[in-house]
Amino acid sequence: MKGYLVLENGRVFTGKMLNDCMMAGGEVVFTTAMISYQDIITDPSYYGQIVVMTYPLVGNVGLVEKSYASKGAMLRGLVLREATDFPSHYEMETDLISFLNKSEIAVLTEVDTRALTRVIRNEGSMGGMITDSIENRNWLIEKAKNAKKELEGDLVQYVTRKNIMCFGRGELRVVMVDLGTKRGYIDLLVKRGCEVVAVPAQTTAWEILELNPKGILISDGPGDPQAIGYAVETCRSLLGKKPIFGIGLGHQVLALALGLRIKRLPYGHRGSNHPVKDLDNGRIYITTQNHGFCIDEASLVNPDIQVTLRSVNDGSIEGIRHQSLPVCSVQFDPEGFPGYSETGFFLDDFVGMLKK
Amino acid sequence: MPLNKKLKKILVIGSGPIIIGQAAEFDYAGTQACKAIKEEGIEVILLNSNPATIMTDTDIADRVYMEPITVESVVRILEREKPDGILANLGGQVGLNMALALDKAGILEEKGVPVLGMPLSAIYRAEDREMFKATMEEIGQPVPESDIVHSVEEALQFASGVGYPLIVRPAYTLGGTGGGTAYNDEELTEIVTRGLKSSAIHQALIERSVAGYKEIEFEVMRDHNDNCITICSMENIDPVGIHTGDSMVVAPAQTLTDEEYQMLRSASLKIIRALEIAGGCNIQFALDPLSKKYFVIEVNPRVSRSSALASKATGYPIARVTTKIAIGYNLDEIPNAITGKTTACFEPAIDYVVLKVPRWPFDKFVFGDRRLGTQMKATGEVMAIDRSFEAAFLKSIRSLEIGINGLRLPELAALSDTALKTRLSQADDERIFIIAEAFMRGASIDELHGFTAIDRYFLKKFKNITDISRRLEKDPLSLDLLYAAKKIGVSDSEIAYLKGMSEDEVRELRKSYGIIPTYKQVDTCAAEFDAETPYFYSCYEEENEALHQEGERKVLVIGSGPIRIGQGVEFDYCSVHCVWALKEAGIKAIIVNNNPETVSTDFDTSDRLYFEPLVYEDVMNIIEEERPEGVIVQFGGQTAINLAGPLYRAGVKILGTSMESIDRAEDRKRFDAMVEQLGIPRPPGRTVFHPDEAAAVAADIGYPVLVRPSYVLGGRAMEIVYSEEELLEYMQTAVKASPEHPVLVDKYLLGKEIEVDAICDGREVLIPGIMQHIERAGVHSGDSMAVFPAHDLSERIHAKVVDYTVRLALELKVKGLINIQFVEYEDELYVLEVNPRSSRTVPFISKITGIPLVKLATKIMLGQSLAELGYSGGLFKTPAFYAVKVPVFSFNKLHQVDINLGPEMKSTGEVLGVSHNLNSAIYKGLQAAGVEVEGPGNMVATISDKDKSEAVPLIAEFARLGFKIFATEGTAKALEQYGVNVQVVKKLKEGSPNIVDLIRQGQVDVVVNTLTQGRRPFSDGFHIRRAAVELNVPCLTSLDTLKVVLEVLKGNEGAKPQEVQSLQEYVAEFRQ
Repeated sequence: MKGYLVLENGRVFTGKMLNDCMMAGGEVVFTTAMISYQDIITDPSYYGQIVVMTYPLVGNVGLVEKSYASKGAMLRGLVLREATDFPSHYEMETDLISFLNKSEIAVLTEVDTRALTRVIRNEGSMGGMITDSIENRNWLIEKAKNAKKELEGDLVQYVTRKNIMCFGRGELRVVMVDLGTKRGYIDLLVKRGCEVVAVPAQTTAWEILELNPKGILISDGPGDPQAIGYAVETCRSLLGKKPIFGIGLGHQVLALALGLRIKRLPYGHRGSNHPVKDLDNGRIYITTQNHGFCIDEASLVNPDIQVTLRSVNDGSIEGIRHQSLPVCSVQFDPEGFPGYSETGFFLDDFVGMLKK
Repeated sequence: MPLNKKLKKILVIGSGPIIIGQAAEFDYAGTQACKAIKEEGIEVILLNSNPATIMTDTDIADRVYMEPITVESVVRILEREKPDGILANLGGQVGLNMALALDKAGILEEKGVPVLGMPLSAIYRAEDREMFKATMEEIGQPVPESDIVHSVEEALQFASGVGYPLIVRPAYTLGGTGGGTAYNDEELTEIVTRGLKSSAIHQALIERSVAGYKEIEFEVMRDHNDNCITICSMENIDPVGIHTGDSMVVAPAQTLTDEEYQMLRSASLKIIRALEIAGGCNIQFALDPLSKKYFVIEVNPRVSRSSALASKATGYPIARVTTKIAIGYNLDEIPNAITGKTTACFEPAIDYVVLKVPRWPFDKFVFGDRRLGTQMKATGEVMAIDRSFEAAFLKSIRSLEIGINGLRLPELAALSDTALKTRLSQADDERIFIIAEAFMRGASIDELHGFTAIDRYFLKKFKNITDISRRLEKDPLSLDLLYAAKKIGVSDSEIAYLKGMSEDEVRELRKSYGIIPTYKQVDTCAAEFDAETPYFYSCYEEENEALHQEGERKVLVIGSGPIRIGQGVEFDYCSVHCVWALKEAGIKAIIVNNNPETVSTDFDTSDRLYFEPLVYEDVMNIIEEERPEGVIVQFGGQTAINLAGPLYRAGVKILGTSMESIDRAEDRKRFDAMVEQLGIPRPPGRTVFHPDEAAAVAADIGYPVLVRPSYVLGGRAMEIVYSEEELLEYMQTAVKASPEHPVLVDKYLLGKEIEVDAICDGREVLIPGIMQHIERAGVHSGDSMAVFPAHDLSERIHAKVVDYTVRLALELKVKGLINIQFVEYEDELYVLEVNPRSSRTVPFISKITGIPLVKLATKIMLGQSLAELGYSGGLFKTPAFYAVKVPVFSFNKLHQVDINLGPEMKSTGEVLGVSHNLNSAIYKGLQAAGVEVEGPGNMVATISDKDKSEAVPLIAEFARLGFKIFATEGTAKALEQYGVNVQVVKKLKEGSPNIVDLIRQGQVDVVVNTLTQGRRPFSDGFHIRRAAVELNVPCLTSLDTLKVVLEVLKGNEGAKPQEVQSLQEYVAEFRQ
């Protein structure tokens, strides 16, 4: 069946609807990651978004539950050049097409995704509608605009956990403020000898301190940090009381708590090839990223706040550290695929900090 | 770390001649390296013996030493030039081996010159198998169970413990020379014997076979600050068991999960860090398709064939960045030349699929063993880019220029199902077509997976192609079906075949539907950043990125496609020089080519690069997109010439020599009429269309005759026949004569062969010089040694060569280059062949004379005259030195291929020996070609009766020089009668120990074997020649070659210190 992606600027891209989902709206963003589609589809940080995969062949090895970043599909829609109809891998449990249909995620294939990516790169991320009919184009454009506006609010509420859960039996208790984290982080901390108590995003500082943790991790998650004032407030109250480590959205929350400002990137950093420079030693790390906001350079006035990492591509801030307080954060995913990333030491350092 | 300011002058080691396993990729890497150094203001000194390359251009390096790549040459250059460092990791295995040899000889220490970019320990640890194994064990990287053996006994002992199959890999060899897979004791014995012989250190690795595993490669880069990045992953479609150079490869890897990808990526980074390499490195893994188990199978601590592919596949200039690192920079200090915005410290993201398919030489070597294994056999490769696997794959098949525009190999239809299955399970060069045929016959994906172990994902892709072919066959050609077919990559000509239409009809229909290709950019970043580099591929999508400015002057240059025998890197040299000349003239130069190994496909060579097949459909699409003012076909070898006709008929303007003239030179009848009219003699002969006619012509002109199909390059299927019986056999087996494909029958004149390259502007003809071949006519010009300037011609013949050349060029109204071959026979000069285009020898002549032939030709095509360009007609000054071109063969890579020289070209590359003294130039050329001319030693001679009277006195002279002569009965008798002391050895059929045993035991230093007539495969002589090749013993099959070797030995050249001088100095000497 023919399908379309209507952008808020009026551009229409034609493709093929792959399943029974007839309409979906969201913010259209692109990722240049070539292999990690399983992770992307299930990553809560992509909540509400229509993701364009720039790599044309998607779904080659099917899907396996153990590779999911969360319980299931998180995005609103997927735009592809080609969805593999014949995946092949010994571990495969289901194929992309069945999985997305079951997850009720709209999929548009056979799209000139490169042309679409160029539109987003030139004009910035924007709202879009996947639809099977473009008869009422103006109405769709309006809907596309709204789809993006709707995402300006608190997205964390949809993806954070509902209950407090404890993982692992380690000696170092870490409270993870779950803003919509990927499953992997809990495992990574457990592997490093932590007992992880994951708490909902709305949990207050007092409640967290009651759990008597050695340290606090503010997780990654979707959307605009400015829309989750409660999390910023919690973080601010915890400053100086416990070591804090922020990742992704958690990094931005920490920055806001430290009095910095956050701004929107033109079209975000999404992919697994983003070089980041460590200003301490000049080393460059290739990182997995997925963020649409970053720290506003102009707000860096407090001399206690030190920039530790910067993007090699656009110079934007990728990591900060407080000079006197035990708090630091990174904007990217420190462990792209658990176990193999060269930036896993950021987690080691955090755990090390807790042992002191 | 910024640029190392202590470096003022660097010696770059090139890779020498093109052989199987080491092709044009090192010209590309070396050229990038020299440019990357030069732009820093550092002086570049280059050592490379290969005259066909761009890197040996006098404007690429400040001083080019075209000398044999030996320790002796390097020492002399070091003494002369006193460079501050040596760059060896861009010259392939030759470069690495030279770095090691210099280290072992203590020269690096003595001269205090460092090897830049990588510690010597890295080379030792990657190249020496024991050290490699130990290093991998240290960092916990698994390698297959293996042992280093120095003898067959040790190998058999290992086998008794581990079992079969086992892989044998000789240490320090190229492309797996001498290696193979053994399934039993007998095979193991054979392979190990051969392998130890071909290993420079008499060592071989013997290991458990992981055949059937996925073969995954990573290109990795590391800098001085320990920053590491992976440039590209590549997956061999053919699983482990077939050499990666012979595998179809897709980039990026397609069948890995993220976990598997990260596991291997992280292993790659560990390895490059452990080896402390600064620069590029290639790592190959075998991954179990059914678990996470993997093994590291190879590490190349240098720029390689795969890194050339990865560079072109991603746009990331690996050789350039490796060089910048070698001279001090770190990755984040090097700008990304493609985007112009980001730095070299990132991992490319691609938004297309890249396919590489090898080009094999079995069209030339019809008796060669076509099976693929651990020893590489391909001479070159093509690459194709598209948005889907199927389309990229079909483009790569078209790019091979093997006459197939889909997946249908017509001969296979005759194979029985059983025969098809047999060929499926033993991979050979036609495997992909066999898979397609099996699908057409209804085979299932699982079945084919069982036979081939190719991942089902890929098999499904191949099946998609055969499925759409079937739909095309059955269904009417609707807009939807045609669009679907184009999107999946089916060529117009294949659609035409399936629908019973002509290609033009399909093209017209397609255009009337508005189905025309769009062009997308290769930008290293999947459109994340705006890129400046005009590097394009076609696809059928919505948006076209190839934007044009109004009123621009532009010209399209047709490249030469994959490296194959007869069409090598020299045509890339010509294409690149043409592009440079166009740019210099202020015209936008567009190039189309599909060879990932070359300089022409480098992103900064032309103003616009199209990575596309060189067939009518794809080239015409580019022309319709770009609308250039003309197309240049003179420089892309036969590939480009073959396109001239179809393009001309489609109304495209061919620049330079007109289509009419090209046809006059190529069409036999018109050519004969022309030379007759000019009064220039040519050997009598005629064009025939069937065997009886051939016999009649031959009887008329007299045997021996030279027979060949018309319109060829590299003397394909050309043969000298001595009797009617042989002639009829040839007509029935070697060619398919037909009205469309006539066969030429010519009188064969056994005389001196002379070759000329000239430039003509329509009024004047400039002849840079005359070349004379050492071997008599009958040995293909590409395979004969050639001396420039001609050393042994009478004044009269000399004058005739000039006169005929001028008259032929003017008569053909040549605008650009012309190549003419003559033979001097009984004091008369005959013209053999006229090619109104660039030839194989153009780079060599350009370099030696300093006359930029391609540049002049290009400017003439644009309308300038020789006079305007500062030259005039006639024969140019003759230099006071000699340059001798020596062919280089790759016979040790190709089993069951006969090495005797004949009218069919067999060499893969060439080297040059330059000296003021002819014998010294010959000696250097032979040395550069790897032919050791040292005496005295043991010579084996088997001479056919027709050659005995000429050969015997020569061999006698060898005996006089102290050679011990061994000969079979007949030859021995003739030698004894002449008074030569000779030891008789048994012929093959006389039992053991026989002549072949003698060679195999390593007791022979040189073999002289002349051919009995006829194309009889697997004769005694064949076995003698193969044994010599496999044991690396020089084997001479032409008495002319024997003669010059004798002269060199008599002059005792080996014992003399040889002069070294740069090309620039040689040229300056005679041009001042």
